Amino acid sequence: MMAPLFSSKLLLVLFFGTLFGLILGVLPGLGPTTGGALILPFTMTLDPLSAIVLLTSIYCAGTYGGAITAILINTPGTPAAAATCLDGYPLAQKGEAGRALGMATVSSTVGGIFSVIILVFFAPLLAQLAYEFGQPEYFALAIFGLTMLASIGEGSPIKNLIAGAFGILISTIGKDFMTSIDRFTYGINELSVGIGFIPVVVGLFAISEMLTQSTLLNQVFKRVALKAVRLPSIDDYKKTWKTILRSSGIGSFIGVLPAEGGTVASLIGYSEAKRFSKNPEEFGKGSIEGIAGAEAANNAATGGAMVPTLALGIPGSATTAVILTGLIIHGVRPGPDLFREQPDFLYGIFGAMLIANILFFIFGFFGAKIFARITLVPNKILWPMIFAVSVCGTYSLNQSIIDVWIMLFFGVLGFFMRRYGFSVVPVIIGLILGELVEGTLRQSLVIFDGNWLMFFTRPIVLTFFILSLIALAFPLIRSRKIKKKL
Amino acid sequence: MKNVQKSKRANKSLPFFFKDEFKVSFVIIFISTVLLISTFSFDIVPPILNRGIQPATFPKALLVLIISLTLLIYYLSIKKPWKIEKKLPKPFFLTLMSFLIFIIISKTLDFFLAISLLSIFVSYCWGEKRIFYLLLVSIIFPIIVFIFFETILGLRFPPGIITNIYYQV
Repeated sequence: MMAPLFSSKLLLVLFFGTLFGLILGVLPGLGPTTGGALILPFTMTLDPLSAIVLLTSIYCAGTYGGAITAILINTPGTPAAAATCLDGYPLAQKGEAGRALGMATVSSTVGGIFSVIILVFFAPLLAQLAYEFGQPEYFALAIFGLTMLASIGEGSPIKNLIAGAFGILISTIGKDFMTSIDRFTYGINELSVGIGFIPVVVGLFAISEMLTQSTLLNQVFKRVALKAVRLPSIDDYKKTWKTILRSSGIGSFIGVLPAEGGTVASLIGYSEAKRFSKNPEEFGKGSIEGIAGAEAANNAATGGAMVPTLALGIPGSATTAVILTGLIIHGVRPGPDLFREQPDFLYGIFGAMLIANILFFIFGFFGAKIFARITLVPNKILWPMIFAVSVCGTYSLNQSIIDVWIMLFFGVLGFFMRRYGFSVVPVIIGLILGELVEGTLRQSLVIFDGNWLMFFTRPIVLTFFILSLIALAFPLIRSRKIKKKL
Repeated sequence: MKNVQKSKRANKSLPFFFKDEFKVSFVIIFISTVLLISTFSFDIVPPILNRGIQPATFPKALLVLIISLTLLIYYLSIKKPWKIEKKLPKPFFLTLMSFLIFIIISKTLDFFLAISLLSIFVSYCWGEKRIFYLLLVSIIFPIIVFIFFETILGLRFPPGIITNIYYQV
């Protein structure tokens, strides 16, 4: 598995990717998705394996990095670390920041490694299953992915569906890929090639976050003092090993579902840790089990989310959507054929994720104190710099100034979307799945001679449609259950 | 929290067309309707070349879905108003304005100059008054980024009054 990685260049890429991922994770507002999108143009100078190794190591380390800020300044570096704040910060306030970070580091590493094992076993199985899929099955799968995203993603499911549909709509701009007819171009030549993924993702994440930060300038972070990260004690291990394993399983499972994995996984991991705990009253006041539950789950979601990304070409999260774009722009088409034709490439990715988990353990353990200092870089210096990188990065892909304007437009749009409770993640997933959804729908209709009812004659399609309906009904059932409880 | 409650209270007393829920839903429906109308002007493929459905059918279906779902969220918002954070502060509008200035300068004068001016303007508006840091974000860092992209990625930036000097045009 590791053989493709035994080159000094790849190890160097992994080292810097992990380091960069940690820095991105630590900085509130940034994170592996924005960071991945910003670094994507730079990967064009690398070979495909190095590029994907760089992106995956940023993904793994960035997810963990959010915990450092969550514990020390009560602000999650990434949304996936939100649940870590609940117990991490109170424990740090009690003077046990080192213990809290130690537990977060160990549980994140265990969760991450567990999910890589799941990835190694399940991705080839899923790819094998995908051989049975035709165009109608892929269409139903993409619909299932979008409905899952709407129902278990953050915020209102209906708003998520609108955002997803909007993302798919963006993918229809330009020449129709089947008939070459212009759609929504309004005579603008630049639009006939469609709207690129990078301007949209950099705009929706980096620029909209810059605008958000402009509204938070009076926010004061109170950083808890940290002497050194401590490994958890035997007592801590005894208390948490079951929680870590349970959350690793939960995180991997949630990650595999095509939806925004890490954030949901950590919340479920946290609430399940509380449900199974002998001391649930300690949760929210600095419970070590709470930190373990949330951190093992969010890092376990990383490997899980890579399963549908690599096996089916359906991104399991926003960051894997960036990784999927990386694969596509480097000429690698994810799906079952990738497993048959390029096993070395895949094992390189699996190995890189495994090493990235070990590397962030080392960096986190010995360097958390230094990484925590990064949060002291003032926003008034940091964000203008991020703007410069965003603009140049977006421009560099097609050397088009229109792309920069599109990025700014989506930045402003993303800000208002977030302000009014629309998640931007479904837009990204919708954009990346748009061509698949439309292409498979139209090709299916060709196969079915225009008869829509034929979709329901195929068992896999029917199963995905039923699952989609369940996914759509899930928020309704959940809110009724909560009402009943009250 | 207090701000959210205040804005919720203020929102309740407003006529429906001033409420955020109505304004947002109206904007989405208005834009979607305009786009939907424009889909009727898409070229129609002759039946012999048409594969499955017409190119306009899929976007039409999406727009109808967006309009329907927006009507639904508006209806639901009457029962349960959205939680909207406090009013937007001055630095937000200044940052937004700087984007417009960036677009104008990058198109008319120089791409690099536009980045520099935006950086110094945003940094200053956000409260940075120290000269060294203003120079760092507006000159030193953009130069590093420019050289990095130019030499490592082999990128050629668009012509302008400063980039032309660099490229010796």
